[in-house]
Amino acid sequence: MMKKFQLHPCGNYNESYNSELTIYSTDFGRIGVVVGILLLFLVPFLPISPYIIYVMNLTGIAAISVVGLNLLTGFTGQISLGHGAFFGVGAYAGAILATRLNLPIFITLPAAGLITAGVGMIFGVPSGRLKGLYLTIATLAGQFIIEYVLVHWEYMTKGTMGITLPMPKLGGFTLMGDVPFFYLIFPLLILMTWIAVNIIRTRFGRAWIAIRDNDRAAEGMGIPIFPYKVFAFAVSSFYAGFAGALWAYYMGSITTEPFNLSLSVEYLAMVIIGGMGSISGSIFGAVFITALNELLRLMTDTLMNSAIVTQLGLSLAPLREFFYGVAIVLFILFEPRGLAELWRIVRSNFRLWPFPY
Amino acid sequence: MEQKLLQINNISVVYSDVIQVLKGVSLSVEKGQIVSLLGSNGAGKTTTLKAISGLLKPENGMVTEGAIVYKGLPMHNKSPEEITRHGIIQVLEGRQPFKYLSIEENLRVGTATRAGKPYQEDLDKVYKYFPQLSNMRKKLAGYCSGGELQMLVIGRGLMAHPELLMLDEPSLGLAPILVREIFDIIRRINEDEGTTIILVEQNAKMALKIATYGYVMENGKIVMEGPAEEVRENPDIKEFYLGMSVSGDAKSYDEVKSYRRRKRWL
Amino acid sequence: MDFFMQLLIGGLSVGFVYGLSAMGFVMIFKSSSVLNFAHGELLALGGYFFLIFITIVKLPVILAFIFTLLACFITGILIERVFLRSLIGEKLIFVIMLTVGLAAMFKGLLLLIFGGNLYTYPDFLPAAMGIQLGVVQVPPVYVATFGIGIFFLVLFGLFFKFSSQGIYMRSVADNQRASLSLGVNVRRVFALSWAIAALVAGMSGVVLGIINGVNVHDLSALGLKVFPVIILGGLDSIGGAIVGGLIIGILETFTGGYISPSLRDVIPYIILVFILLVKPYGLFGLKEIERV
Repeated sequence: MMKKFQLHPCGNYNESYNSELTIYSTDFGRIGVVVGILLLFLVPFLPISPYIIYVMNLTGIAAISVVGLNLLTGFTGQISLGHGAFFGVGAYAGAILATRLNLPIFITLPAAGLITAGVGMIFGVPSGRLKGLYLTIATLAGQFIIEYVLVHWEYMTKGTMGITLPMPKLGGFTLMGDVPFFYLIFPLLILMTWIAVNIIRTRFGRAWIAIRDNDRAAEGMGIPIFPYKVFAFAVSSFYAGFAGALWAYYMGSITTEPFNLSLSVEYLAMVIIGGMGSISGSIFGAVFITALNELLRLMTDTLMNSAIVTQLGLSLAPLREFFYGVAIVLFILFEPRGLAELWRIVRSNFRLWPFPY
Repeated sequence: MEQKLLQINNISVVYSDVIQVLKGVSLSVEKGQIVSLLGSNGAGKTTTLKAISGLLKPENGMVTEGAIVYKGLPMHNKSPEEITRHGIIQVLEGRQPFKYLSIEENLRVGTATRAGKPYQEDLDKVYKYFPQLSNMRKKLAGYCSGGELQMLVIGRGLMAHPELLMLDEPSLGLAPILVREIFDIIRRINEDEGTTIILVEQNAKMALKIATYGYVMENGKIVMEGPAEEVRENPDIKEFYLGMSVSGDAKSYDEVKSYRRRKRWL
Repeated sequence: MDFFMQLLIGGLSVGFVYGLSAMGFVMIFKSSSVLNFAHGELLALGGYFFLIFITIVKLPVILAFIFTLLACFITGILIERVFLRSLIGEKLIFVIMLTVGLAAMFKGLLLLIFGGNLYTYPDFLPAAMGIQLGVVQVPPVYVATFGIGIFFLVLFGLFFKFSSQGIYMRSVADNQRASLSLGVNVRRVFALSWAIAALVAGMSGVVLGIINGVNVHDLSALGLKVFPVIILGGLDSIGGAIVGGLIIGILETFTGGYISPSLRDVIPYIILVFILLVKPYGLFGLKEIERV
């Protein structure tokens, strides 16, 4: 049986609730995504430097984490300032499970996610029952408390010494190097994105959006706000932990330093720049910020070679921080719906060309 | 012909670019009048007031057509800060006190349009109109009763030296005796201060008693206007707003058959 | 006992500064419901303005202090004008994210200019300012802290209680629509609350700089301590902010003195989570009566 390809209608012609729910409004969209994924998996065969693959891997891991944060910030309307620390909890949970219990990677990743979600609950439960932005404040506290625990609970985390992870094995095959990890990270990213897109379509997703748009009205319609908010927070922490554990494996060894407030802000920057309330936006955001990071690194590396700059003692970290800040501010002032919205505008311009609308 | 204080010409108001609430409303107010604006819920009375006072803007509303002219100056879509400085003060529906400020501090906020000028005389004047308030100057407004609050917010409006005072449902949720008292004070303010008043009311009977001119709104349009006595005597108004049958007798509830008569203006 | 008193006095004066700086934060929150995550950077700005005025421009101390406050005041107005004004009416989450962005921006900028080094002000407080309290010697810094703190507390107390502008500011915090209807210039109130908050934060930054030295990381982290302080005191209570600050300051120095110095900076956050658990609206906060 041959199915007819659908084209975009000019306007909203959804005739049933189901057609509102579909992810791809046309078959071209669906095919486009499949082709895109296939092309993505061909990238390692191209003659490019391992450095590019490395950067792509980092982007993929960040994207998993940001998809989780977007579920909380973009869809439920709660800001988390502790996502970086939760990422760290996941990294340590994964590392400890892998070294102490010798668990295989396909168990440690979800286990790290679950542990992180559990840790997240400690901060989510007390603030979740309050309206407004208490969760933001609680996650800020979480950020500092977790950082402290990571450094000082030496029995578990080995403090500032750090933990070295074994190479992960998957079906008798030892994962080592950038390319094998590429084929681990990106399928996982696709899986986690697929899960996120589908959670949004369930009653959980609808409840989250209702809470974000008007919590009182949502409550009035019989949505119990507290459990849904806490669940959103748990899911987002799970994503952070999952990504963190993956990152720990990829890095091979971890220390407590990276998981500071700046990382949390970096994730928030990704969400905002990508587009709050857009899953694909999370991925745009991760790509944009990681690319910005690498660009700044290249820039400072070249600058470092000139003597004047070295004398000034310019370092990379503040420049990065400054640019995240500028990027967040500019996007909020000029395109608060982020890259995802820009992309939509560009796309619809193409689609409707040569007519303005 | 006497110069009208306020002239509204055929204005349309749209909220959030899509929801049209007023569809070509025109009305005029002469200096020293009490004009009452009647109509059922959702007729657009409050929106009309907000269009005049500029409070539409913070609610994402806009005057899209027509003009509001006050003393010969265009006022539509100006900011509330500017409009209030011309002497137009709206007393909001539902009282809206500053809960954590004392009575006297509440009144002092009324001086915002002429900050820095002396205000003691005005305070005394308000306490003269509302002697009840003077006994509790230090009391937090959040702990006052509904009647006290209504007096407070009218007094707060008076502090701004309004030339045009717009009262939005001052009788809302008050006991009949208090309503009478408040309407009496409104009339006195009009007579003694020469303040022009626009009165939005559900309580048509009371409003028409003190008003000189009346407008009736429905569905975002003015459907009827005239001198207050005329409006009061109109059979449709009697039927639908004053709850009396054509003969003028008070109607008992089981006689009400709203389908019997058709509103003639529709 | 000596040690105890030393800690107590240290804690009280640091806590007093926390409380004051939280007061600025509460002011912004009350007038526009914005949680300002850039508060720490405002603190740091104050510290560095003073550093510039006193070591580079070489102004006399009093003049440098006044100029610092002035510079902070102007910075506050500029922040409101340039960044926040266009967001009036937007969703709150955007405004708050904007302050997160501003925080990163300012912090990066300060780090670029000054680096992560610790600077100290030249010693300018006369030793005679120290007070002998029984067996305990109160260092001049703490005496100065109390002096400055009480001065500003009284000043702002009078401002909000009696001046017309202060009452207008409170009215906006209370009921924005009603104050608009009376012609209160709400935009000016927002600008003013940012200016005052920046001024108070800058002052706290200077005082903290005198006590501990100036360092971007430290000061911006100290700025975030307003969160435990205000959660303890109740988000919207200015008096609560002061008491909350004192409690947090004392707890911090005692934890640092008796338990472990490294726990010192975390204890406020542990308390924060605990308070959220048992008394979420703080010790003095008003629970908003919600009418739908």
